[in-house]
Amino acid sequence: MKPLLEMRSITKTFPGVKALNAVNLTVMEGEIHALVGENGAGKSTLMKVLSGVYPSGSYEGEIHYDGQLAAFSGIRESEAVGIIIIHQELALVPLLSIAENLFIGNERARNGVVDWHETFRRTEALLKKVGLSEAPGTLVDRIGVGKQQLVEIAKALSKDVRLLILDEPTSALSEKDSQALLDLLTELKAQGVTSIIISHKLNEVRSIADRVTVIRDGSTISTLDARGEALTEDRIIRDMVGRDMAQRFPARESKPGDILMEVRDWNVWHPEHSERQVIRNACLNVRAGEVVGIAGLMGSGRTELAMSIFGRSYGRRISGEVFIDGAPADVSTVDRSIASGLAYVTEDRKHLGLVLDDTIQRNITLANLPEVASMGVISEAREVRVAEGFRKAINIRTPGVFQKVGNLSGGNQQKVVLSKWLFADPKVLILDEPTRGIDVGAKYEIYGIINKLVADGKGVLMISSELPELLGMCDRIYVMNEGALVGELTAAEASQERIMSFIVRS
Amino acid sequence: MASESAAHQDVRQGRSAGQYLANHLRDYGMVLALIAIMAFFQVTTDGTLLRPVNITNLFLQNSYIIIMALGMLLVIVAGHIDLSVGSVVGFVGALAAVMMVNWDWSIYLTIPSCLMVGILIGAAQGYWIAYWRIPSFIVTLAGMLVFRGASLWLLAGQSVGPFPRQFQALSTGFIPDLLPFVKTVFSVERMNGFAVVTGLVIAGLIVWMGLRSRARNRAYGMVTEPMSFFILRNLLVSGAIVFVSYKLATFRGLPNVLITMGVLTIIYAFITESTVLGRRIYALGGNEKAAKLSGIRTERLTFLTFVNMGMLAALAGLIFAARLNTATPKAGVSFELDVIAAVFIGGASMSGGVGKIVGAVVGAFIMGVMNNGMSIMGIGIDYQQVIKGLVLLAAVIFDVYNKNKQS
Ligand SMILES: Nc1ncnc2c1ncn2[C@@H]1O[C@H](COP(=O)(O)OP(=O)(O)OP(=O)(O)O)[C@@H](O)[C@H]1O
Ligand SMILES: [Mg+2]
Repeated sequence: MKPLLEMRSITKTFPGVKALNAVNLTVMEGEIHALVGENGAGKSTLMKVLSGVYPSGSYEGEIHYDGQLAAFSGIRESEAVGIIIIHQELALVPLLSIAENLFIGNERARNGVVDWHETFRRTEALLKKVGLSEAPGTLVDRIGVGKQQLVEIAKALSKDVRLLILDEPTSALSEKDSQALLDLLTELKAQGVTSIIISHKLNEVRSIADRVTVIRDGSTISTLDARGEALTEDRIIRDMVGRDMAQRFPARESKPGDILMEVRDWNVWHPEHSERQVIRNACLNVRAGEVVGIAGLMGSGRTELAMSIFGRSYGRRISGEVFIDGAPADVSTVDRSIASGLAYVTEDRKHLGLVLDDTIQRNITLANLPEVASMGVISEAREVRVAEGFRKAINIRTPGVFQKVGNLSGGNQQKVVLSKWLFADPKVLILDEPTRGIDVGAKYEIYGIINKLVADGKGVLMISSELPELLGMCDRIYVMNEGALVGELTAAEASQERIMSFIVRS
Repeated sequence: MASESAAHQDVRQGRSAGQYLANHLRDYGMVLALIAIMAFFQVTTDGTLLRPVNITNLFLQNSYIIIMALGMLLVIVAGHIDLSVGSVVGFVGALAAVMMVNWDWSIYLTIPSCLMVGILIGAAQGYWIAYWRIPSFIVTLAGMLVFRGASLWLLAGQSVGPFPRQFQALSTGFIPDLLPFVKTVFSVERMNGFAVVTGLVIAGLIVWMGLRSRARNRAYGMVTEPMSFFILRNLLVSGAIVFVSYKLATFRGLPNVLITMGVLTIIYAFITESTVLGRRIYALGGNEKAAKLSGIRTERLTFLTFVNMGMLAALAGLIFAARLNTATPKAGVSFELDVIAAVFIGGASMSGGVGKIVGAVVGAFIMGVMNNGMSIMGIGIDYQQVIKGLVLLAAVIFDVYNKNKQS
């Protein structure tokens, strides 16, 4: 087998940051190559160099593709030779149809007039290929993230792809959707498409990749053969974090106290389709010193439940009561919810969590500005101290807190959102997919933070699609399905099978 | 993490003056452009531009634009736009004229009433924008028509004036020489001592505050500009202030509007840079949803930016009427364009969340100096518009180019 791609000694610097330092990467023709590494290690940057997002000249080093020296001055040139990248943050136009999205910039047209017949015909063929059964005319924002990801792949296929790059394609997908996507990759491999996949889900990497390259701090650490059984997740982790990690979840002694937050008979209707009830009679409670999980499939209403509680940020005709410390709490607006002691860490950091153009420092203090101000005047010194404190405490990889959050790697952005809400000092912290897109080492750090919070007598309500995470962290797990809480399990009772059985039975 | 911490040091200390300049090209670029433009007109007008009388005129002519630019900056940072300010200037001027001339109200009743009306106008527009989410472009476009019509109706198509002296002093009055002994000390005949001393004191204050904040930033490891830049910038700024105040002193002293304008600029710069309120407006414009989920009452904040804009537009209306000493139905026509242009030349971003008060003021001066210089040179209004349009475009292109280069 011959190499399709060789990246030699790639170095890329941003103002103040050396993101890549003489990285080497060799990808064989027809293989699935996994790229793993901690948040901010430089994975996305390397792929952007490869695909011409950062044009030749803006980095040092050589790219050999298909036996030739390649110097792409833009994404169009890399696409022309069959390198297609699907970015970490999806790039579909929400209010256009699937068909329109597939052929955006590449329209099927005659004399400048779009040929809709041809467009739809080809769309149908492509959708069939990726196993997506949606009408070509469906608007993209009407389908879930999992399906959007498939649309992205269909779009790649429409351009005669030879080397497909997927940057964390499954981080926002349910287990079922992830599996479908991985199956598709295997199928494409059989058809001769080479892929590079970036992922923090090492079980996926183990199951699908032929070879794995580990990057740490902008340098290549190792390339491992993943075929057969020899390569363990622990081995990969060792290269990623530079040391052995004995366990994935830090130990914690569970000592639940009194009920801290209680939600009674919570009902929510859909904001636009007023006849659709999204949450039905939800009742739940969180005790001091307790980590409570909410398990459920994507779309089961977990985020909607959390956001409707947090200042009625979602839904209409909301009814029900929230008690904090036994007294009825006013959660009718976000600022009142915060004042009552709630905080909500969103799952959608880019749109709902961060001001991307602002600095790390300004983002961290945003939800609790009065804490760094006196009489409405912000003390920048105090602000910097707070931000620096979080940078060290949860290890945000950045040259300084004056960096724009938009320039951070995905995982580090997540840490900024988390810092923001830790700084708001809530009694009950609602975490919505808190470790999405976060590397194993940082996950461990975040679990440690959660444990420390509950040890201080706070309560944590954690929504997660990763069952192992819920099982490893929670004292109690609620199971949600189609807008209703359909079961409750203690840590001792809980298992993947029992949670799934609740979902299936309801 | 050796490489990263080394890089870290670089960023903190500013790798070199060149690197620092590259990162802050925008901030300096604006000021340099202003200086270049002034130098250009100083030469082409044979020194008329910087004559004491013309400097005084520059302030009188631009005060209302600058005052409105302060409010417009907040509106634009919040992610909106206000097209109605020109008409509000006309309407409030007309209203003031009717109150004083037709109804014989005293200025102590007229001025507060007019400011109140401005606040109400801002509130009326802000209400629809903030709470009904009607695009500000539409609401204020409607406002622009409504208040233009309303001022025509108020004045019945006529000009109304003149105004009491006291009212005119709002714009064309000067601070009397409170320190007459200064000129004897310097043994010059015609010099307003108060103006000179004020200039010196302000220049001193600016340097002192700059040094203090520099020391503080250092202490907390924040990015500081290279010493050479700091010195150069302060020399330029304080030099300019002393120069201008001296020139003003040899004419009639400090104009009242200069004081109004200066105080307001300082207040708004402080609000935007150092207060919780200001910070929240930037967050609102940067990402409204995230701001809202951080507990910021985004609707109320949007509403308040428009209320504030209404008030400042009313103040500008009063000052403009006082300057003309008459209210005409055409007063304030197309002022909104100058104001908006000033804010964008000053580096604000169309999509919200970005922009500085100082930038808007410098932007307004760039527009003002060009207007003034071209008029002195006798360039026709036709060319003037073309040139101003091109300068606006160039400033924004410069911005976008810089931004692309940095990412
Ligand atoms: N435009 C930019 N300007 C400045 N620094 C940047 C920029 N883009 C990336 N970086 C920095 O480069 C480093 C590598 O980032 P990159 O996005 O490649 O990480 P990653 O390995 O993809 O991480 P993650 O798993 O969190 O997505 C980070 O330290 C990041 O802060
Ligand atoms: Mg990445």
